[in-house]
Amino acid sequence: MTSTDAATLVPSRPCATRLTEHTMEIVSDSGEGAQKCGQIFGAVSAKMGNGVWTVEIIPAEIQPPPRVPEGASGYRIRIGEGPITNWGDATNLALAFNEQVLLARHRLGALAPDAVLLVEDKWATDDDADIRAAWDQGLAELSHCRYRIIPVPMEAECLTLVDNPRKGKNMFALGMLACIYGRDMERIKEQIAYAFRKKSKAVFEQNAALLRLGYAWAEEHIDFRIEVTPAPITEALVVMNGNEALGLGAIAAGMELCAMYPITPATSMSHYLSEVFDRFGGIVHQAEDEIAAVGVAIGASYAGKVALTVTSGPGLALKTEFLGLAIMTEIPLVLIDVQRGGPSTGLPTKVEQSDLLAALFASPGDAPHVIVAPATIEECFHIMVTARRIAEAFRTVVMVLSDANLATGVTPFPRPKPDARWQAAPLDLAPVAEGQDAYQWDARTGLSRRIIPGQPGGAYTITGLSHDEGSKVAYSSGVHQRSSAMRSRKLAVLQSLLLPPTIYGDGDGDLLLVGWGSTKGAIEEAVDRARREGMRVSSVHLRFLSPLEPGLTAIFARFGKVCTVEINYSDDPGDPFINEENRRRGQLTWLLRATTLVNVDCWTRVPGEPLRPGSIVDAIRERLPRGGAA
Amino acid sequence: MTVACGLLSVLQPDESNYEMSDYEGARARWCPGCGDHSILTSVQKLLAAEQLTPEQTVFVSGIGCSSRFPHYLTTYGFHGIHGRALPVATGIKLTRPDLTVFVVMGDGDCTSIGAAHWVHALRYNINLTVLLLDNGIYALTKSQTSPTTPQGFPTNTQPHGSWLPALNPLSLALGVTNASFVAQTAEWAPTHLYATLRAAYHHRGMSFVRILQRCPIYSSAVYQAAIQDPARIALLVHDNGVVVPDLEKIYTTQVGHDPGDLDAARRIADATGHIHLGVLFRDPSRLRYDELRRVPPRTTNERLTLIEAELDRYAV
Repeated sequence: MTSTDAATLVPSRPCATRLTEHTMEIVSDSGEGAQKCGQIFGAVSAKMGNGVWTVEIIPAEIQPPPRVPEGASGYRIRIGEGPITNWGDATNLALAFNEQVLLARHRLGALAPDAVLLVEDKWATDDDADIRAAWDQGLAELSHCRYRIIPVPMEAECLTLVDNPRKGKNMFALGMLACIYGRDMERIKEQIAYAFRKKSKAVFEQNAALLRLGYAWAEEHIDFRIEVTPAPITEALVVMNGNEALGLGAIAAGMELCAMYPITPATSMSHYLSEVFDRFGGIVHQAEDEIAAVGVAIGASYAGKVALTVTSGPGLALKTEFLGLAIMTEIPLVLIDVQRGGPSTGLPTKVEQSDLLAALFASPGDAPHVIVAPATIEECFHIMVTARRIAEAFRTVVMVLSDANLATGVTPFPRPKPDARWQAAPLDLAPVAEGQDAYQWDARTGLSRRIIPGQPGGAYTITGLSHDEGSKVAYSSGVHQRSSAMRSRKLAVLQSLLLPPTIYGDGDGDLLLVGWGSTKGAIEEAVDRARREGMRVSSVHLRFLSPLEPGLTAIFARFGKVCTVEINYSDDPGDPFINEENRRRGQLTWLLRATTLVNVDCWTRVPGEPLRPGSIVDAIRERLPRGGAA
Repeated sequence: MTVACGLLSVLQPDESNYEMSDYEGARARWCPGCGDHSILTSVQKLLAAEQLTPEQTVFVSGIGCSSRFPHYLTTYGFHGIHGRALPVATGIKLTRPDLTVFVVMGDGDCTSIGAAHWVHALRYNINLTVLLLDNGIYALTKSQTSPTTPQGFPTNTQPHGSWLPALNPLSLALGVTNASFVAQTAEWAPTHLYATLRAAYHHRGMSFVRILQRCPIYSSAVYQAAIQDPARIALLVHDNGVVVPDLEKIYTTQVGHDPGDLDAARRIADATGHIHLGVLFRDPSRLRYDELRRVPPRTTNERLTLIEAELDRYAV
């Protein structure tokens, strides 16, 4: 490791603060490169051995005008000495290209009360009097707080090297951050070279020069350093976002076709696959619409291929009729739903966990299918292997519910060890014995052999009409009762193979939090903090939502209260008109109450951002008055 | 997997000799007098003539009277959902070029609820034989107006007659960029029907055949005049089209038309007056999405090596 030690370069070493974890963000107008700067910082920090979690700060508009709060675009990076599992509570240091985007973050409550704010100061002397006035007003608003504001002549400095500082200012900023946080400059240059691999050598050289310039400026002018000591890397790690992990997982799981239609925030998964899939013998098919995308995947799976479709909430809504067909005809299918805020177009770029019930009841009629939810970016990779196996073994639809937080978050995790068995052929291609039915349901389990076109002796016509074992259209009520039971039974069989969830914290206590999906890190951090305060709180995190993991009723019985924590809407008790009977609860709450008959409470929020551990701790306190002494 | 599926057909050479009866599945339950019977017979004749192995042939359909088609054959069949036969067929043919894939749709299926897929399937130009069984009405659900119902024709949903002029499937198909085969035939002219199906089957790319088809219950009047008066029919004749010498005695109006001439095809499709039967357009040189997207298969070991290389890109 070639670490650049600021101490050897600066005679009077600035004040260094050593921290176990720290949250930094860089924020700019859209298109000024703050995200790229943040991505490189995050990747390098991970490679140095820090725990890292990054979150994109996405503007509300595609092309917002410059210098407006709504245009704030950037990247938040939380680094730690140990693993970091979520984005934390608030930013400790923000680097902003103008004061308006900083104001946006301030007004959102994203900045810690004692945050350090580094802000481009050219606006103070701008030719435009309105801009100068906006600067003065903005700084006045910020100075009412305990922030430490440090003006930085970023553009003026960049102009000493380049004609157009709008391009490359982010590299100057990266250089400053590298100095403040003691980041490895060689690794940063490698990462810049990778990030601009499709650009010319000259672009790289210019970026590297701006990087050094920013580093040098900070060395001379910034009087503090922040040390979050990287841990030695003892095992092979990879660092990627959740959508890349889903894509790589799909490849490792032996997937052969991904049919999709563009939709935020799912699309980047297929961007990744589009770049590499043909090398693996795979096809990404961009269909004419969401319906066609799932239809193509079903067609390919019917033909014996391993196929998936990837979408977000509005696309899930469009695909539902086809999902019913796949379930009815028992065609294996993996569907990924990268959830965003809803209903309707909702919050396309923002996280929410509000598709659970839509996914569960995705088809009219009784259409039992499997729903799993990865809780971490690492699980995004591995869940694809699980999803494929279950889809094929149980001849059904497996939905994978990810979300925008996992999709765009970046964190290091142990390098997966791909296994040849994950790639194995999904079915027995031997000729079909004479007299074998299209659905030779095992009477106990509902499982049956999958047969594909081309197999001699098969030649069945499958149909979405109710049918018997022979795929003959059912005209008697008995057939529909039995075939419905066969499709339903498979879920119980799958559940019998699952283990009860592990409990985070003690096996009994005053309060059990129950979560699913991307909130695991924040919930467990909140549980840790609450337990340090003496509260008897634990949590469980569910990966299987349909069928539910077994043993929940027994686990719930060992806690005084059970409460879900979810990023979806629920009424708060005490709101006007809300009572116990009409209160609309969180989506997992709904499901748990229905299955366990336990009076499960919920704390859910739809802030359009990941949950903050501190907010969850507050919710725990509300439920455990007097410090949890029960 | 990619290797294994493709081998299904290679490893099991089919030495059977198939008769038409070998393709007869369940007894067809269409109404007596329904034009679908004639189409089914012609298709079975084609399958026998081409000696297509039933297990390596797939018929994909949607929902409607005509979409019961696969049940009446002994091939693999996929009787799916309304309007969505083409995406399913696309998924099959894109990943299993070794299979022969036919698509059977009705007019509601193809030109109404499934219209988006129809337009895009024409543009993809995947090697599919696509049959539109057009009786100008929703018959399974008992007489509702379809896009191809003639203007003024009464149904249960538009009892005072269809409000708008009928959609012309031929004009639409010929207007789609990269469409490569468009033909029209009629079930009451079985020799023409058979010759057209054969030409469609041999076309490499998506062949779109509109088959005019009687519904004796709900829309018998739609084609009655054309059936009773052969003078209303004009045969398109050309060496590159379909040639049915027998019919030239019945259908005395013949139009020489080179299927390579797209402008002329569009004029014929738009023409009012005669009903034209024959191949309007054929261009085997058009791009085929299934060929463009063909990827070399990978063995498990190759894939594992490539995955490791991919993980290296993300290694810390």
